[in-house]
Amino acid sequence: MDDILLADTIERYIKGEMNDSEKTYFEEMRQKNPELDQQVVEQIFFLAELNKYSSLKNFKHSIHETVSKLVDEGLITKNSLRGTAKIIYLWNKHKRTIAVAASIAGIVSIFSASTISFFSNNKNNNIKPLVEKIKEQDDKYKKLEKEIGKLNTNSITPKIVKPRLESKFRATGFLIDANNNFIVTNAHVLNEAPHQLVIENSKGEQFKAISVYVNTDNDLAIIKVIDEDFKRLPAPPYSIRKGHTDLGEQIYTLGFPKQEIVYGEGYVSAKNGYNMDSVYCQLSTSVNEGNSGSPVINKRGEVIGIISSRETNAEGVVFAVKSSNVYNAIEEVRKNKEYEKIRITSNPSLKGTERVGQIKKVEDYIFMIKGN
Amino acid sequence: MNIPEQDKELLKGLASEDRRAIEKIYRDNYPMVQNLILHNRGTLDDAADIFQEAMIVLFGKANNPHFELNCQLKTYLYSVCKRLWLKKLQQQQRLVIQTDDLEQVISVEEDLEQHEKRQLSFDIMENAMSKMGEPCKSLLEAYYIEKKQMQEIADRFQYTNANNAKTQKYKCLVRLKKLFFAQYKNTL
Repeated sequence: MDDILLADTIERYIKGEMNDSEKTYFEEMRQKNPELDQQVVEQIFFLAELNKYSSLKNFKHSIHETVSKLVDEGLITKNSLRGTAKIIYLWNKHKRTIAVAASIAGIVSIFSASTISFFSNNKNNNIKPLVEKIKEQDDKYKKLEKEIGKLNTNSITPKIVKPRLESKFRATGFLIDANNNFIVTNAHVLNEAPHQLVIENSKGEQFKAISVYVNTDNDLAIIKVIDEDFKRLPAPPYSIRKGHTDLGEQIYTLGFPKQEIVYGEGYVSAKNGYNMDSVYCQLSTSVNEGNSGSPVINKRGEVIGIISSRETNAEGVVFAVKSSNVYNAIEEVRKNKEYEKIRITSNPSLKGTERVGQIKKVEDYIFMIKGN
Repeated sequence: MNIPEQDKELLKGLASEDRRAIEKIYRDNYPMVQNLILHNRGTLDDAADIFQEAMIVLFGKANNPHFELNCQLKTYLYSVCKRLWLKKLQQQQRLVIQTDDLEQVISVEEDLEQHEKRQLSFDIMENAMSKMGEPCKSLLEAYYIEKKQMQEIADRFQYTNANNAKTQKYKCLVRLKKLFFAQYKNTL
């Protein structure tokens, strides 16, 4: 049956426009032909979605009209002109000065270009945050078809499948508390996700999260997993070091510079970060976009830092937020009554385990951070 | 708990997109919510946004055949607005909401989760719709949103007869479906 004829038939079937013999015949065909049955289920689901869409769309329209009536009456007050209205308003207001402004902009851009080259030590120009922007591929239709095939085909209302978040970027984060709720990552990572935030494990399962702490001064953020489907693991096997970082200490990192977890090795090469910034320490290792938020772990199984950025002008110079900052962050989070019970693990069960064994234990506690 | 008859009527009105019901709910509850938002570092615009979203949450509930209101409408709206505003504050990294709760508050977590799911499907459909070219987009909107009859649509788009318009509509629908499912991916 071709698509159009099928769509017509199914629509008549759903609306109850078929006569009895036609209906019986159609239902027999569904029984015999699983492929057809699947298409019917899919079409019913889609039409239900379309129906919901149109009713919400109409409802939103009604709300807008009601609100503008009430704004006129003064029950609702809005402060600002918004969106396009605002832009048009500003444009009309400043139309005449635009030509002048444009010429000034030209001058400013020349000026600022020279300042950048003059202050080439400027932090932001030389170091690079390690969030990777990604574009998810469009092979989704096939996977969905499979999923729909799995639905109970006898039921008229198929169960709602959980939509997957389309992310604009990928970074890394790791669990820090015994109850597996809180994850540490970089503050600059969350800048990429003003709307929605999820964590994703290596199986591709996503879980919703919210940010509970962001500090751009030390580039640390703590997010909380709020998804019911998130399965709790035993307490994390690593601890988080409170004290100083030792020069020359061997370290390794685990993160997501690609869609799969990647291991990297190195050592602590300086006690301070870029421009002697004492929040960070300097590592000699190899990291890439997507590594932001990766834990830096020493051979005793202590997290000593969180990967944050790398120097663009030099190979293998990486900056990590010192782990002691995590404790300050936790203190801040605890001030909120809802979160006062947060507890960091302090007994590294990794001590004495060789590297490969450590990685096996640790990797389940490290997640991709995604959002939009 | 006794639910006032008026509340039940309003919900029915809401489910059928009755403007009078929408207006009445706004009149009865908006000042209370505006007060809540303004006392918690929000602006007048925030109040308008939050209330509007709460109305959409309520609309979703009202459309559910199994839904029964188990508290006053006022309490429900207040609870939803408070939760929505708290979430917004958290997104802005301000962690605390302080209110001397004169109003009773009920738990609305589950409703808001449902609401988010619905909103996500809505956005996906809207996105798919926006990718459709003309006349497909207008054709589908006329039939599925404005609920016009096929003959009327044929006249408007100048098809020679309703059947041709119908065939075209199905072609468009098949395309929309592909666009929709391309984004609607299951995570298991």
